[in-house]
Amino acid sequence: MIPWLTLIALSPLMGAFALLLFPKGKDGLVKNFSIVWSLVPFVLGTVVWLALFDPNVPKMQFEETVTWIPSINVRYHVGVDGLSIPFVWLTGLLTTLGLFYSKFTIKERVREFFFMFLLLETGMIGVFISLDFFLFYVFWELGLVPMYFLIAIWGHAEDRPQYAAIKFFLYTLVGSVFMLLSIIAMYIATSTATSPGTFDILELATKRPFGNDITFASLAFWGIFLAFAIKVPLFPFHTWLPDAHTAAPTAGSVILAGILLKLGTYGFIRILLPIFPQVFQANANLIAFLAMTAIVYGALVAMSQTDFKRLIAYSSVNHMGYVILGVCAAAAAGATLTDKSIALNGAVLQMFTHGVITGALFFIVGMLYERTHTRDLKAFGGLGAKIPVYGAFLVIASFASLGLPGLAGFVSEFLVFRGAFANLTLFSTISVLGIVFTAAMFLWKVIQNVLLGELKEKWLSLKDLNPYEIVTLVPLVLLMIGIGVFPGIVLNTINTLTVALVSALKF
Amino acid sequence: MFNLAYLVVVFPIAAFMLIVLFLNRSHRASAWTAIAGIFGALVVAYGILLEALPHGEELLKHPFFAKFDWFPAGQSFFTMGWMLDPLAVVMLAMVTTTCLMIFIYSVGYMRHAHLDAHGHAHQTDDPRYSRFFAYISLFATGMLGLVISSNLLELFVFWEIMGLCSYLLIGFWSVRLPDEHHIDDAQVVRATDASKKAFLTTRIGDVIFFIGMIWLYVRVGTLDFDKIFTPESLKFIMTDVTAFGVPSAGIIALLILGGTIGKSAQFPLHVWLPDAMEGPTPVSALIHAATMVAAGVFLIARMFPLFATTTAAPAMGAVAIVGAFTALFAATIGLAQDDIKRVLAYSTISQLGYMVAALGIAAYAAGTFHLITHAFFKALLFLSAGSVIHGIGTNDMMQMGGLRKKMGITTIVFLIGAAALMGLPPFAGFWSKDEILATALERVMQGDWLSLFVYLCGTLAAFFTALYTGRQIFLTFFGAPRDEHAHEHVHESPAVMWAPLAILALFATFIGFIGSPMFGAPFQVFVAEEKPEFNFIAAGISVGVAVAGLGLAWVLYGMRPLKAGERDPLSRWLGPAWKVLRNKYYVDEIYAATIVRLTVLIATLCAAFDKWIVDGTVNVVGKLSALFGRLNRWLDETFVDGFVNQVGLFTDEVSGGLRAIQTGKVQNYLLFGLTGAALFAFVFFIR
Repeated sequence: MIPWLTLIALSPLMGAFALLLFPKGKDGLVKNFSIVWSLVPFVLGTVVWLALFDPNVPKMQFEETVTWIPSINVRYHVGVDGLSIPFVWLTGLLTTLGLFYSKFTIKERVREFFFMFLLLETGMIGVFISLDFFLFYVFWELGLVPMYFLIAIWGHAEDRPQYAAIKFFLYTLVGSVFMLLSIIAMYIATSTATSPGTFDILELATKRPFGNDITFASLAFWGIFLAFAIKVPLFPFHTWLPDAHTAAPTAGSVILAGILLKLGTYGFIRILLPIFPQVFQANANLIAFLAMTAIVYGALVAMSQTDFKRLIAYSSVNHMGYVILGVCAAAAAGATLTDKSIALNGAVLQMFTHGVITGALFFIVGMLYERTHTRDLKAFGGLGAKIPVYGAFLVIASFASLGLPGLAGFVSEFLVFRGAFANLTLFSTISVLGIVFTAAMFLWKVIQNVLLGELKEKWLSLKDLNPYEIVTLVPLVLLMIGIGVFPGIVLNTINTLTVALVSALKF
Repeated sequence: MFNLAYLVVVFPIAAFMLIVLFLNRSHRASAWTAIAGIFGALVVAYGILLEALPHGEELLKHPFFAKFDWFPAGQSFFTMGWMLDPLAVVMLAMVTTTCLMIFIYSVGYMRHAHLDAHGHAHQTDDPRYSRFFAYISLFATGMLGLVISSNLLELFVFWEIMGLCSYLLIGFWSVRLPDEHHIDDAQVVRATDASKKAFLTTRIGDVIFFIGMIWLYVRVGTLDFDKIFTPESLKFIMTDVTAFGVPSAGIIALLILGGTIGKSAQFPLHVWLPDAMEGPTPVSALIHAATMVAAGVFLIARMFPLFATTTAAPAMGAVAIVGAFTALFAATIGLAQDDIKRVLAYSTISQLGYMVAALGIAAYAAGTFHLITHAFFKALLFLSAGSVIHGIGTNDMMQMGGLRKKMGITTIVFLIGAAALMGLPPFAGFWSKDEILATALERVMQGDWLSLFVYLCGTLAAFFTALYTGRQIFLTFFGAPRDEHAHEHVHESPAVMWAPLAILALFATFIGFIGSPMFGAPFQVFVAEEKPEFNFIAAGISVGVAVAGLGLAWVLYGMRPLKAGERDPLSRWLGPAWKVLRNKYYVDEIYAATIVRLTVLIATLCAAFDKWIVDGTVNVVGKLSALFGRLNRWLDETFVDGFVNQVGLFTDEVSGGLRAIQTGKVQNYLLFGLTGAALFAFVFFIR
């Protein structure tokens, strides 16, 4: 039997360490090797998802279990289901695209950059496949370190990269510490005089670590909640995000928005919802309130940004709010099975589509920055006539992001609202305002400021997209249109699992 | 043929993709691909029409459905597909016909005359000629898909695709390179603002519609038209009650009406439509006749069984009031506009008001009939106005006058369209508008006060319609030229432009007979199994007011033509009211001062709150922690000094050792980090 998941997760790590053996000064070789090597997890992920994975089975597949630390019952337990396999694949895709794009844009400390990037990939994939909480935590922390360095070292000097990086690192770490406490608490709660406790995520979901002790369960819940809410980021824990994004190099921003934020919402669905359904239900209104705030407030704050990248960063706050709203709907009291599964479908699909769309948007922002060395929205204007190919990509990605039907973002938003409306009527109705504000923001602040109007003198010699930039963006645009028109290509995988997941929830 | 109905969507979208991906370098190939695409759709549409005509009654009771799974939604599948009922069948024929004419016309219109460095006149294609044909193909796709949608979500998808196209096309001239002379910078700014306004205003209506759709889905459990409109579902939704005892049917219908108000430019979301004139004229014709605005009326017609349930009566009342008020409101504004296209824009809003009002008083057949006839004569009016603009190079009627001598064909077709708009027999608009008013009058006789409101507004609006249309005719085509210089260059448009006009003129003249009671009203029989009687009183009154309006226009503008620089006679008559009308009742200004400003203000406040309060808290916590660390250090240095001195020696040695591993190489740090973490875990758990 081939350990597919281990190969996918650890191949980037192997590639990263292989880079250390390269002689100095061979930057071109380092770049090409990394890109080709990053195809290994991507191709394996594609094979596993499309050829081997059975979307009709609502169970963990490709499970591997190896005892790791027997005395405390820690195991190397990995597996994927319909919730995780799309993100394993997306991580592979965005990493390859990020590395490919960085080949042309990263000029300093090349080896270190590609090393960090591959290490980061292992961390992220590891989180998605871990079924042991201990292992999950290790990978969770593992992803933090390379991202810190990517921001601090390759960040734009004028954006205070040191500050942004340490803010990102410490903020996430604070959450992690509380999560660690909760993990240990659960371990202790499940241990008995004769047998050790468990870190196994699937087991914890069936076992109910704290029985009916709501107080203790709530403490553990909020500890983990904090870690995930910071990562998502959910209002009011979101302020590290715009700083980290503006400072990060383009490929770093893409991964940050495309995958790292999803680790938080993934945790909501993989851990909080199945292990603490009761506590989640009891607090569904509160969390939905935060989600609604993130949606409306995030869009409004985005609207007042003058920095292109900050604006997209805040739009992420808005979009991730929909995910949390969907998860809350799946936990809400009184929701029917249909409401819950549709809401959760929407949440998971929104994670995927946001990764694709916002990933593309950060590439697009980066491409403009490479040319103009500014991100000030007021500095542009009229570029649509001068660089039409760039304009076309920006328009498509913007409309996908504002939820135009026919493009990916709409389907997930529709499903979230459909699922949430029945039981979180007020929150979802107010959240609809977010749709209007997002549209206003993209049309007015982004498209109008960048593409329309009179062309400024200094941009007369601007060059349109290079072939390598087009190659970077095309797969993402194809996904936006593909999922928008045929949402089934991803939803078929997700749906089986969400139905099983919400059916298994016992309140 | 019914099985092939999806082709009406496939052909134009294929044209769109071909142009975008392969043909965008060749202007001719792009134009002809777009025309071929819409022509293919037209062939299919007429095939369907011919097949459907003999089976109208059957199709009305049991519409044709073809569905397939779209995406999984919990334990069931959401479907996609197409439906054909009599309304969809006639809409397909109307949309493809008008679109084909508009597409052909655009071949000529999108060539611009300009003077070269030597002062010679030249004709060149618009620099984004191919793109234009790609966009209008997508626009047609949106409308045709909407018409045959088999569920509400699918309809919404196409609805929004049209929203996108309208944005792209209204803003078609919102980009310009310095060497492009066919537009100026002011035009660029206006196009930018207009396209944004159109998308955002309709978007407000759209999200209201979106909530209504979600609500419907939650209550009924499906959005498929064949399942919503079964007697059982309708009975359920009729008796279903939501919070505060509000009936679901009423609230859902009201929310869906929000979509119509946005898309069909009804008061108070009408403000985008006049500004939409900033797009090239064929786009105006598309938006005003065949597609966009027709979609809003079509939505109510499509959801009519829901609106017609008894508990949705308040929503129906709202439909009637909004429509009737808009019909009158917009007609009065039309009196005081000088831009030839803007007058037509307000006439569109007003005519849409008639349709909406008709549906609001349950005159389904009359409302949809007017939708069809209006599409033809309004497309005709816009395209002939475009021909005028193409010939003289301005939109301002004050600079026109006497054009009939140089633009004979355009004058004739415009007059035909105008007659249809004014509701003069036997032109198309007469039959449809008359039936709306006749039905309203009938209801008044039955004691329905709402219909009285509709009838009065409609009749009064008919008077104003004739007045502003008459003003437009006399100012544009009659009298003497008011701008000699512009008049010199005036020329009749090429055949590629006037031929479609001639065809549309035929439709504007004769299409009304399909709904004429004199001929057994085949249209109404087909779409609704209704057979209206001809009401001589209603017809007499509406023709009477139209003639009165036209007569007044002749007195004001025809008898003694306006001279250059002269004050508009109507402005003397109306006094201060003229100013209010000219400024469109200041609705734009009110919105700018309230909603727009408020949103910007709140957004700014939120951003400040985020920066100073939310992020400020984070930074303060961070600073406090650092301070705490420093305090510890100070305590250490001050009070534990002696001890530190002892340890100092030791520390010095260790730090020397540590310095050796501080290589500055990130991978080393990481290796240490990982080892440390492993060690920590090991020690922690093994002991």
